[in-house]
Amino acid sequence: MGQFLLGPYLTHPNKNRRGIELINLTLGYERRPAVHHLSGTIAPGAALAVCGPNGAGKSTLLKALAGLLRPIGGRIDYGSPDPRAIAYLPQLIEIDRSFPIDVKDFIALGALRRIGLFGGLTARECDSVEQAIQRVGLSGLEHRPIATLSGGQMQRVLFARLIMQNEPVILLDEPFGAIDEATTEHLLNLIAHWCAEGRIVITVLHDLELARRVFAQTLLLARHCIAWGPTQEVLTKENLQKARAMSEAYDADARECLLDAAGVHDH
Amino acid sequence: MQRAFMITDVFIAPFIEYEFMRRALVGSVALAMSGAPLGVFLILRRMSLAGDALSHAILPGAAVGYLIAGLSLPAMTLGGLIAGLIIAFATGLAARFTTLREDASLAAFYLVSLSLGVTLVSMRGSNIDLLHILFGSVIGLDNPALFMLVGVSTFTLLCLALFYRAFVIDTLDPIFLRQTTRISEMIPFLFLGLVVLNLVAGFHALGTLMAVGLIMLPAAAARLWSFQLMVALPLAAAIGVFSAYAGLVFSNETGAPTGPAIILVAGICYFASLFFGRAGGILRLRRPRSHLEG
Repeated sequence: MGQFLLGPYLTHPNKNRRGIELINLTLGYERRPAVHHLSGTIAPGAALAVCGPNGAGKSTLLKALAGLLRPIGGRIDYGSPDPRAIAYLPQLIEIDRSFPIDVKDFIALGALRRIGLFGGLTARECDSVEQAIQRVGLSGLEHRPIATLSGGQMQRVLFARLIMQNEPVILLDEPFGAIDEATTEHLLNLIAHWCAEGRIVITVLHDLELARRVFAQTLLLARHCIAWGPTQEVLTKENLQKARAMSEAYDADARECLLDAAGVHDH
Repeated sequence: MQRAFMITDVFIAPFIEYEFMRRALVGSVALAMSGAPLGVFLILRRMSLAGDALSHAILPGAAVGYLIAGLSLPAMTLGGLIAGLIIAFATGLAARFTTLREDASLAAFYLVSLSLGVTLVSMRGSNIDLLHILFGSVIGLDNPALFMLVGVSTFTLLCLALFYRAFVIDTLDPIFLRQTTRISEMIPFLFLGLVVLNLVAGFHALGTLMAVGLIMLPAAAARLWSFQLMVALPLAAAIGVFSAYAGLVFSNETGAPTGPAIILVAGICYFASLFFGRAGGILRLRRPRSHLEG
């Protein structure tokens, strides 16, 4: 449904990019790994769901992919000259909703990487903002302060900003946390559309049913990779049990991990 | 005609008659115009008390300047500027790289700084001098002080205009700014630097404590009148300018000290806004307007 709503400007031309490669990636805080020795390739065009229990390192992985957390081991190969060409939607809590800004201005922030901190918003960018607002079904609310929006409306606003960002890589952290079915369906359409355009879309999800229904690929994470591949093969009973068995408690006397030194990548 | 004559007598004549009143007006208006918009951003960043803390942090620098060169404006200003920037920078670093948040780091740094300042001042000179530093003397503004105030005000307004978008995004959604731009790390430092600059410029005109008042009170009042930043910022500046003018008039009529008089007027504006402000005042709660259809 998207292509006739979106003008040519906001559709993405970049079909031939390589995927993002994770190379023996270890992430964490204060030497405590939250994600352990993760390797694999994220291909463009296939929606990837990241699932796993609380504390599995899903959000940490997204943060690292967004360039906000430096790996403590291994690396990420973006396969692109510009590693900032990423649109990242963190969990809603991290945005100050009481800030006096209206919907249209907020969505226009998505143009930041194109116009910079000092450039003006061109007429073309203004049209794109208009399109993005229509695309998420918020027409008529352009001049409402974001403080007055409902949770679902705010989530649409954030998706509209992602549309404006128009990046080849899109990272979504629990985007359907507190929103109703209709809005979820609406936003899922958008994700499908992005994938069809050949973008890389990575979504952290709690809802396994949703992952089975909509996402072609799944990474099941429990601090290390339990399984990664086609969703039906990953979200099996055994795998989920394995993920649940992950101990969340952290070991105060944990010794240094010697796997890097020994050259072993799987444990 | 008698009545009209009286009005000009009170509201205009003092500024025509006395040069020091004109200087005081120019100095405090300059400070209000740049300080109040900064205050709006301080409030939005939930750092309303940071201005207060930073003003204390300036004291040891000013005291060192005073110990070296006596009551010399350049020495005390430079000292205050250096001390303030060090504290602002250290706070930013501590917030970025330790588990303590910005407010806790700032509180720790300014307390140490303040006690250091008081110690330094008491080593030489009496409490009268300390009072002079703390409460300033808007009446005694000489040319260098005036040029500095106006210069700082101009520079601050230019920076605010240039980095407006960066300040807005850094306040609204700092993660977004960090993820999309390269210079995001320096924005909080630049902002705190501007606050320090205004405090240092203000400490001679109004004193450190009063300078904070002229930054925060008009800003808090303006926030109660508008949900739009593009309205709140100039409105804050306007309230500040009005307070400066009305405070000087009040002080001239009653003989009250100028600095506190200006802040008291700003305080009255704030209390009035608390009650009548259209964007969050108290009276708005008493009789809700009839709701709209949809």
